[in-house]
Amino acid sequence: MIAFIIRRLIQSIGVLLAVALIAFTMFRFVGDPVNQMVGVETSAAEREQIRKSLGLDDPVVVQFGRYVAKAASLDFGISYQFRQPVTKLLAERMPATLELALVSSAFALAVGIAMGVYTALRRNGWLAQVFQAVSLVGVSLPTFLTGILLIYVFSVLLGWLPSFGRGDVVAVGSWWTTGLLTWTGLRALILPAITLGLFQMTLIMRLVRAEMLEVLRTDYIKFARARGLSQRAIHFGHALKNTLVPVITIAGLQLGSVIAFAIITETVFQWPGMGILFLQAVQNVDIPIMAAYLLFIAFLFVVINLVVDLLYAAVDPRLKSTVTAS
Amino acid sequence: MTEPVLSVRDLRVEFATRRGILKAIDGISFDIAEGEVLGVVGESGAGKSVTGSAVIGLIEPPGRIAGGEIRLAGERIDNLSPQAMRHIRGKRIGMIFQDPLTSLNPLYRVGDQLTETIRTHLDLSPRQARERAIELLAEVGIPAPEKRIDGYPHEFSGGMRQRVVIALALCAEPDLVIADEPTTALDVSVQAQIIALIKRLCAERGTAVMLVTHDMGVIAETADRVAVMYAGRIAEIGPVADVVKHPLHPYARGLMGAIPSLETDADRLVQIPGAMPRLSAIPPGCAFNPRCDRTFARCRLDRPEPIVPAAPADAGHRVACHLYDSAEAEALP
Repeated sequence: MIAFIIRRLIQSIGVLLAVALIAFTMFRFVGDPVNQMVGVETSAAEREQIRKSLGLDDPVVVQFGRYVAKAASLDFGISYQFRQPVTKLLAERMPATLELALVSSAFALAVGIAMGVYTALRRNGWLAQVFQAVSLVGVSLPTFLTGILLIYVFSVLLGWLPSFGRGDVVAVGSWWTTGLLTWTGLRALILPAITLGLFQMTLIMRLVRAEMLEVLRTDYIKFARARGLSQRAIHFGHALKNTLVPVITIAGLQLGSVIAFAIITETVFQWPGMGILFLQAVQNVDIPIMAAYLLFIAFLFVVINLVVDLLYAAVDPRLKSTVTAS
Repeated sequence: MTEPVLSVRDLRVEFATRRGILKAIDGISFDIAEGEVLGVVGESGAGKSVTGSAVIGLIEPPGRIAGGEIRLAGERIDNLSPQAMRHIRGKRIGMIFQDPLTSLNPLYRVGDQLTETIRTHLDLSPRQARERAIELLAEVGIPAPEKRIDGYPHEFSGGMRQRVVIALALCAEPDLVIADEPTTALDVSVQAQIIALIKRLCAERGTAVMLVTHDMGVIAETADRVAVMYAGRIAEIGPVADVVKHPLHPYARGLMGAIPSLETDADRLVQIPGAMPRLSAIPPGCAFNPRCDRTFARCRLDRPEPIVPAAPADAGHRVACHLYDSAEAEALP
């Protein structure tokens, strides 16, 4: 087991290095950042001065090596536009994005699994049919549209919930801020979390339904029935556990994409997270921020994949033995 | 005479499909006495497994029991509520499935599946249930059961898993065990052990067994009586010695004739021409008449009912064939 984790960690480092290289080389070709920072009247000598101070005149390999070494110690350089350390900028915004992503994923998992199980067990009930139809809408509506619709209904028409911002936040520890502890923060979280989680929720619901129907047809469920176990033990013990094995993978990877693609939701709701920061960075060709964001997302995916693999082994004993054996 | 453990009368099972109603079981009757092993043989699709599912109440829609009666120790069970039927399944009727590789839930320890089933039916503490599970595993021949009880199904071989399945079927001491092709998915070398195990455990407990199989060798060795099924009906039923050695129904004769023998030196095995008709295209009269080499006019008109054959035979012997109708026998040249 430990050998497996170590092997996966080494692979993960390889993946991160590759992403770093791609990020680094790609951004070498998107334009000269010095031009973005200075005015037209800046002299060539001054430009050279800035170039040198940012280390942009060194050979590419040296720049990459320096970049990786610094990134390893969480130093992603100075943002061109804000003239502040990128790490500090990202750290300021990270709690907002992570909180949004985690809350919307929790919402998606809880509601998605419950609805999936319900629609699988009451396949022909009218409520199950309604869920199925609604889930189609959820899967096909683009995020920005759901966001705008929700704002229109709950903020403009009904005036129940705020349409933008994060509400009041409370500092927890030295660098984490949370909106979960204040009334306005919680209220502000509802619409963006639903917007961001709706797609995942319907996806999980449809996945759970399909898997559950599949599992209910298996021999071991038939055998469980033949042994006279109660419906509850069969559905929520035997069937649900087997259903969750593939759901874990999808849900894990979806958490990664929820964080990565929170950009749109954050823009619609003016949510002060990393997504908006990244968009600003793209507009201003702020390469350090873009590169750091890319690496951060890659890191997240790698970590989530590792956790998913370990969870898999915890849920499915067959995998544990193949993992230990190999 | 004591009440038979299982008594089936004129059972009919139908499947509603888009192309009409298919009669998977079309009026079968049989009894199984305490401690008796009834072998049920026939080709695929003859209705063997459906009969087993009907008895334990696990016919899945679109199938349904369309008529007849099933009695367990004299008490009707075919019209019970799902809740009441659940208390009979596992407790009074145990079932052994065909494929031990897929009958056990791969994510649960063998012991958890056993104790869960034991505690569903018997009022035992978790600890007592575990002790009982270990005893059962020992009884079905799992070595070191106190260790293996914490293993997962994938850590057991096919034969061992089938032993676990048998332990699960027997864990509440049922009156009847339905074994649906219990050895089909196993290695030939393991098959005999499993059959011997089922027979021994059921004989010790006086459990009645309905053994569904298409292996005539298994029937000849294990069963007390045998029912030969064809297209949803029983063609012939009787004591195993009679039916295997002196089959009467032309179909049963064909089946027995197809068993290779060490004594005779035949190049080719006897084969019944044609195939069993689809359930949607069962011919009028006797379902077997298109393949039968002794068909006469009445076979195409009248459906034969099971009768006591005219020839001297055991009292329990029944055959559904016009050849053995004494009136016909006289009329024939």
